Amino acid sequence: MHELFAEFGNKFHYYAYFAIMMIGLYAMIAKTNLLKKCIGLGIFQTAIMLFYVSIGAKEGAGIPIIDPALGTADPAAYANPLPQVLMLTAIVVSVATLGVALALIQNIHRDHGTIEEDEILQRLRGK
Amino acid sequence: MKRLALFAVILAGVLFAATASEFPRLGAVDSAPSRHVSPAYIQGSQPQTHTPNFVTSVLADYRGFDTMFETTVVFLAGMSCFFILRALRRRGVTEVYYYRHKPTGVVLAMLTPRRIPPRSSCFERIDADWMPQDMVVETMCLFMVPFIQVFALYVIAHGHYSPGGGFQGGVLLAASFILVGLSRDLRTVESLLTEKTAILAAAAGVCIYAGTGLLALCFGGNFLDYGAYASFFGAAVPAARSMGILIVEIGVALTVMATLVTIYKLVSSRGTVEEGL
Amino acid sequence: MILEIKIAMLVLVIVCAVASITIKDLLGAAVVFGTYSFMMCLLWVSMAAVDVAFTEATIGAGISTVLMIAAVFRTTRRTKD
Repeated sequence: MHELFAEFGNKFHYYAYFAIMMIGLYAMIAKTNLLKKCIGLGIFQTAIMLFYVSIGAKEGAGIPIIDPALGTADPAAYANPLPQVLMLTAIVVSVATLGVALALIQNIHRDHGTIEEDEILQRLRGK
Repeated sequence: MKRLALFAVILAGVLFAATASEFPRLGAVDSAPSRHVSPAYIQGSQPQTHTPNFVTSVLADYRGFDTMFETTVVFLAGMSCFFILRALRRRGVTEVYYYRHKPTGVVLAMLTPRRIPPRSSCFERIDADWMPQDMVVETMCLFMVPFIQVFALYVIAHGHYSPGGGFQGGVLLAASFILVGLSRDLRTVESLLTEKTAILAAAAGVCIYAGTGLLALCFGGNFLDYGAYASFFGAAVPAARSMGILIVEIGVALTVMATLVTIYKLVSSRGTVEEGL
Repeated sequence: MILEIKIAMLVLVIVCAVASITIKDLLGAAVVFGTYSFMMCLLWVSMAAVDVAFTEATIGAGISTVLMIAAVFRTTRRTKD
């Protein structure tokens, strides 16, 4: 039991990331409002980015910019720059895709007068 | 449906949580991702590219191919917004244009847009949901714009030495234009950065990036190998790579700025680019 | 970074995520989503990822909130869930 608790203490942040990810996934599946689905998508994306960046974190390491006092002999003095680079570009792409999603939502609202998924389905069945 | 979704999500969460024991501890110095290539990046950045910020050197040099296509994705997202909302817009929706007579405050509604001189003392074009604006808010927002732009240029140019770079600087530049749009109106933004200019600038940014890579082939290097420019700049290879990173970051900033301003203009005006937020 | 502060920030992130998908007003949901992005940015600073935090502060808390509010104004504020 004590080992289990120690294990949980070491890995608690992963459980938090999975919780955030599942909140986003739930919003994408269960919410009927299209804008809420977009918010869920954003939460899902940021949870994955958080997961990636946390893998690159190091205990007691500084930001990934050279400190002249430390030099680069010991890579453990700096956080891992690779996950940060990958996620930096992913954030910019996520806002661009959010723009496309909002454009589609506006088109749907103009055509159907609503952005609730079930009402749109009813209208489509009625036609 | 909601119960089913909740059940599925909880099941997936439990399955994910069961795998958590395989991942490294938070802050583990010798975890697998930190041992593979990142020591090479950390130790090679300064001697190979003269860039103290590892993130910038990895972004634009070591993994430049990745960033080039990310920039292309941003450009394509802006273009698809343009086509969804503007180019493929259905015609035949009657729109009303409002003009306000300044001395009397009388508002005219017209079905066709009338061109009025930009500094007309008599009439001004107003939005359908126009309200008398607060002068303090407008003046302060416009006052802040040049400072935001100078900071954005600093972020782009100083990305080698401090947090920042093309993506962040481009977003800050876009934010300055959006601030103009929020505090005054969309037509002011349109007069500062027209739609055509914005799309051309976005395309030019991608072309600067890809062109820098292609030109390296002419100097005998590989694609996106800025070290090949050493003879052109008359400098050592690391200095040439540092310069190449700066050129590429400028291209990225152009694309990001123009794309985000275009998306804001289209989304805030239902694709008409007439009346903004 | 002190562990308690980190846990408090994680809890705040989760609270903001739950709030932004349960609020029955889309404008409020968009604003709370901006708060969520900013909390996420603080979390990244605590992991020494300053570039990512800078990007998230400008994009997540700035531009995407503006875009969402623009979309809410141009569509509807009403939502059923």
